Amino acid sequence: MSLLPAEFADLEPFAAKWCVDTEDERFAVRMASSMEEIQAFYDAFEPRAETAVAHCDRYTLDDLPEDGANLLRLLCALVQASFPVECWRQVKVPDTGAAAVDCIVQPAL
Amino acid sequence: MASSGTIQLIYLQDCQSRQSSRKEVMARLPKPAEGSWTEHYGLGTAPVSYEGTTSPEYYEVEREAVFRRSWLHVGRVEQVDRTGAYFTKEIAVLGTSIVVVRDADGKVRAFHNICRHRGNKLVWTDFPSEETAGVCRQFTCKYHAWRYNLDGSLNFVQQEGEFFDLDKGAFGLVPVHCDVWQGFIFVNFADEPEQPLHEYLGPMLGALDGYPFERMTERRVYRTEIKANWKLFVDAAQEFYHAPVLHLKQNPPALALPMQDNGFEAPYYQIDGPHRVVSTNGIRAWDLPEDKRKRMDTITRSGLFGAWDAPDLGIEKMPAGINPGGCEPWGMDSFQVYPNFLLGIWSQNWVMSYTYWPTGFNSHVFEGTLHFIPAKTPGEYLAHEMAGVAFKEYLLQDANTLEATQMMLESGVVNRFPIGDQEVLCRALIEETDRWIADYKEKKGIS
Ligand code: FES
Ligand SMILES: [Fe+2]
Repeated sequence: MSLLPAEFADLEPFAAKWCVDTEDERFAVRMASSMEEIQAFYDAFEPRAETAVAHCDRYTLDDLPEDGANLLRLLCALVQASFPVECWRQVKVPDTGAAAVDCIVQPAL
Repeated sequence: MASSGTIQLIYLQDCQSRQSSRKEVMARLPKPAEGSWTEHYGLGTAPVSYEGTTSPEYYEVEREAVFRRSWLHVGRVEQVDRTGAYFTKEIAVLGTSIVVVRDADGKVRAFHNICRHRGNKLVWTDFPSEETAGVCRQFTCKYHAWRYNLDGSLNFVQQEGEFFDLDKGAFGLVPVHCDVWQGFIFVNFADEPEQPLHEYLGPMLGALDGYPFERMTERRVYRTEIKANWKLFVDAAQEFYHAPVLHLKQNPPALALPMQDNGFEAPYYQIDGPHRVVSTNGIRAWDLPEDKRKRMDTITRSGLFGAWDAPDLGIEKMPAGINPGGCEPWGMDSFQVYPNFLLGIWSQNWVMSYTYWPTGFNSHVFEGTLHFIPAKTPGEYLAHEMAGVAFKEYLLQDANTLEATQMMLESGVVNRFPIGDQEVLCRALIEETDRWIADYKEKKGIS
């Protein structure tokens, strides 16, 4: 069963892993991934990210169909992946030891 | 902390600074006539003591002198948006828990969260020490089912006839002074507050009246427990001197290099009574060359400073209190409401609020809330996600650094620390808290 709109079918393997509902869950997926996995996801999706945003923005949030919502979840996951790739060169924020921050309220997606 | 000033003028200035780099860098922004913000506001210039963050005795006095006497921000009116809507708040610094509720007349009230029968915690779910929220018609104690109206009055006692001369009118919930400013709910634990809330907030914060906080109902709330004194985190959010150092790598190299050379200067500081503000210069991220932006910022049209496409605030003109220094280009204002509430107002038309709730002399709970005008499009949702995640990455860096600072301050090896002019608000916080304590001791006749 496909999660994403047909034109993003090649990203299905990433969707199975990264399409989760909340920011905390996306952070957890990031923490449970290796740098290679994060880099592979970023490299596959980053060049098409603007097209994905444009696809989602043909709808409002309220009438976004489920495959579009999954695409938006995947974009939110790309936000998580971008920090290791673009800033840190590692999965975790450097020098953050056992520090943990929970996102306890966020708008539903 | 979330360091709006990070990019700020640096980009504008990076050309000249690369030449003078590593030499003595002079202040580039104007200072008050006295030569510094510190002297302008009549503060000392000598090295300071951080005993206020390491001494259990100091903390014990601070609890009574500061936290029992000031107005404390506990939530937003949107959290109690209908009759019977309530939330609880643990106030460890005063050893209590409160319940905040909207009563049948629409008034927001606060009570100590204790049943008048035999002292059970009145409102909680699953775990007695955790906060909870909900909607109810009345409060019913889990222990023996005494019931209280939303205005706190006791309305039902199980087997009332078993009790002796019980005057129900005398056993209502214990109220806490509660008032609302611009939709922000405040409580005050003094028997009689020394000032009403509006007077306490003073003219600098009063000048924010009319900002459409009530439209920013999309909230992202972040919470963490930090092993450091609450004032150390206030400090990390009231100076941006650390931003181009601790947070440097959040910027692409083309931007990071000049930032490293330039450091940070804020264009404006103000101190008004116990409250403070620092403003930063802004940049138009979308005007930066590609190599000075993160790719994900471009994709989301967003970043730490918020969405590039600012939503319409729906007001005729900005309240006078916003950008009080008239900075141009303006980035954000970080208002520090004494003692433990930060209100950050961004030029991209969104707001952040922080509270730091002490749980001991060397620990506190931090809660940061990002307030947005609700996203209507997927692109807007993504822009808010980007701002939220960027905020959290900064927060993680700050949190661990605070523990490292606390640890070594507690060593007591050094207790005289130089404070620069870009840290003027940190110095003000120390002096202000010392004043509250001295004033309290004087009133109580303690030496
Ligand atoms: S303690 Fe609440 S009813 Fe007994
Ligand atoms: Fe910081």
